[in-house]
Amino acid sequence: MPADAVLQVTDLDVHYGKGRRRAQALDGVSLEVRRGETVGLIGETGSGKSTLARTILGLVPASAGRVVIDGEEVSGYRQRQWRTLRRRGVVQYVFQDPLRSLDPDVTIADSLIEPLLIRGVARGEALVRVRPLLERVRLDEELLARLPGELSGGQRQRVAVARALVTEPALVILDEPVSALDSANRVEVLEILKELRTSGVALVFISHDLGSVAGVADRVAVMYQGRLVETGTTREVITAPQHVYTRLLIGSAPTLRSGAASRADRDALRAALLTA
Amino acid sequence: MTILSELRTPHAVPTLPDEIVLALRDVRIYDQVNDREIVHGISFELTPGRVVGIVGESGSGKTLTCRAALGILPEHFAISGGSIEITGQEIAGLTPEQWTGLRGSTISAVFQDPASYLNPSIRVGSQIAEVIRVKTGAKRRQARHRALELLAAVHLRNPALVYEQYTFELSGGMLQRVLIAAAIAADPTVLIADEATTALDVTVQAEILDLLADLQERIGLALLVVSHDLAVVAQLCDEVLVMREGEVVEQGPTAEVLHNPKHEYTRMLIAEHEQYGLERYLEAEADRDGGLTRAG
Ligand SMILES: Nc1ncnc2c1ncn2[C@@H]1O[C@H](COP(=O)(O)OP(=O)(O)OP(=O)(O)O)[C@@H](O)[C@H]1O
Ligand SMILES: Nc1ncnc2c1ncn2[C@@H]1O[C@H](COP(=O)(O)OP(=O)(O)OP(=O)(O)O)[C@@H](O)[C@H]1O
Ligand SMILES: [Mg+2]
Ligand SMILES: [Mg+2]
Repeated sequence: MPADAVLQVTDLDVHYGKGRRRAQALDGVSLEVRRGETVGLIGETGSGKSTLARTILGLVPASAGRVVIDGEEVSGYRQRQWRTLRRRGVVQYVFQDPLRSLDPDVTIADSLIEPLLIRGVARGEALVRVRPLLERVRLDEELLARLPGELSGGQRQRVAVARALVTEPALVILDEPVSALDSANRVEVLEILKELRTSGVALVFISHDLGSVAGVADRVAVMYQGRLVETGTTREVITAPQHVYTRLLIGSAPTLRSGAASRADRDALRAALLTA
Repeated sequence: MTILSELRTPHAVPTLPDEIVLALRDVRIYDQVNDREIVHGISFELTPGRVVGIVGESGSGKTLTCRAALGILPEHFAISGGSIEITGQEIAGLTPEQWTGLRGSTISAVFQDPASYLNPSIRVGSQIAEVIRVKTGAKRRQARHRALELLAAVHLRNPALVYEQYTFELSGGMLQRVLIAAAIAADPTVLIADEATTALDVTVQAEILDLLADLQERIGLALLVVSHDLAVVAQLCDEVLVMREGEVVEQGPTAEVLHNPKHEYTRMLIAEHEQYGLERYLEAEADRDGGLTRAG
């Protein structure tokens, strides 16, 4: 494993359900994310992107394969070890809907310092430590006293990002972090994510919005039916997609000037995909 | 897609190409609890086959405008000015019975949160078949057959299986397609699509946009599209309205508004789109290939 790899996933298999209902959600997935790198994870609905994220966080057990986080092999971890790892805050997670990651009855300040209190930091010290983070996610200090319901969607998502950063994680996984936001807030959050790279944190950015991915990711990984079918630099994957599914995906994205690939082209790719 | 041409029921009244099927004239929407006007006057006209788009800031009143046109404003909200006409009929005096007659068959809608519009304890196929039975008077077997055709038309992989499933067994993207099938089941004249493809991945989105384009061309479906994605609007809409804080700040032919924006807010929306758009890569590449552009 290269010295600067923060995440290394090797030949990961994941199954859901038991007996007759057992179904494979991930099939031999391998992925590496380095320090300060942002990897965009795109692909079909139901292809296993969120499952991969949940497996890395120990929320879903793997049936085969290895997951190494910041040099530590976590694949064999028991529940208790996972809890300890999560408490240390080495890996953090940001959901699409910030209301799900923020307690509606807890002020923004208390939400932000909670991960630090859990680690035994005193309240006063914790409050001092979160202040520079507010600046990084462009939030005004006066918001600290408010409840999540009193913030706009964009502000809430920035709080969720700040909260994920409090423990100085090596890796943050963001699952559709901007899809519930309007244009201005989306740009704001994406700008913040780009700036984060300079601090060395590694990001996995899951999104259906190829424009957002193109804007923040250094590399892109494409999932299709439980498999990782293509990885490459963002430019490679977008301008010269190799796998048929990736070609269909990129060709389906409308753009302001040229529109998506022609319908005949897409139909041909879809047919090729079915016979592949 | 051949079945689409057969989707229109024989007894549906054909609309004339220049008939105005939906007209909003300086519509204002008022919040009675907080005693403030939310939408400060919006006007546009839809004729058969025409597509009008609304883009703009979150909370600017796009969804409320759609709901006003469907006669389903939330409690405490009211139309406080202007007028709305559906196929020439002023909606102000409509009785609940008349609304029931219009909704689904003349004007129909798909919203962003599909789960809240379907009954969780009834198989989704039966729900579509029921719409077809009530709105077109079809017999049970006919209705089932047509519901299956519609599920195939929205590109669900296994229509027969989906027909028998409940909402909790379907992914968000599948549910959205079921809802679109239900919305077009009774051959509406006007379809309102409020962020209808936002939850879908772009390959499915492209299929749904193709389907809407087919319906628009073949049966003259008129569309009102709300989307935060300027590229979707560029692809689909003839005319676009840009809303901000309840105000229509700019309105005109889509190509004109998006390529030659007049208002500062429109310019900002376009800049934001381009800052994080595939265009940056694809166009740079096209230039390198000697001006080769993607098919339109
Ligand atoms: N808790 C679960 N129990 C059973 N099956 C599940 C569960 N969660 C996900 N699945 C199935 O696993 C597959 C992968 O789902 P996953 O949510 O990882 O996809 P995704 O790529 O994140 O999709 P989307 O883009 O729609 O969010 C799907 O077929 C899904 O139905
Ligand atoms: N059911 C409701 N009860 C109270 N206020 C509402 C309700 N629906 C909308 N509003 C308010 O009316 C205003 C306009 O809302 P609307 O949903 O039309 O915005 P929108 O343009 O569709 O925004 P978005 O892009 O976020 O969907 C907002 O200030 C919103 O908070
Ligand atoms: Mg997911
Ligand atoms: Mg809305």
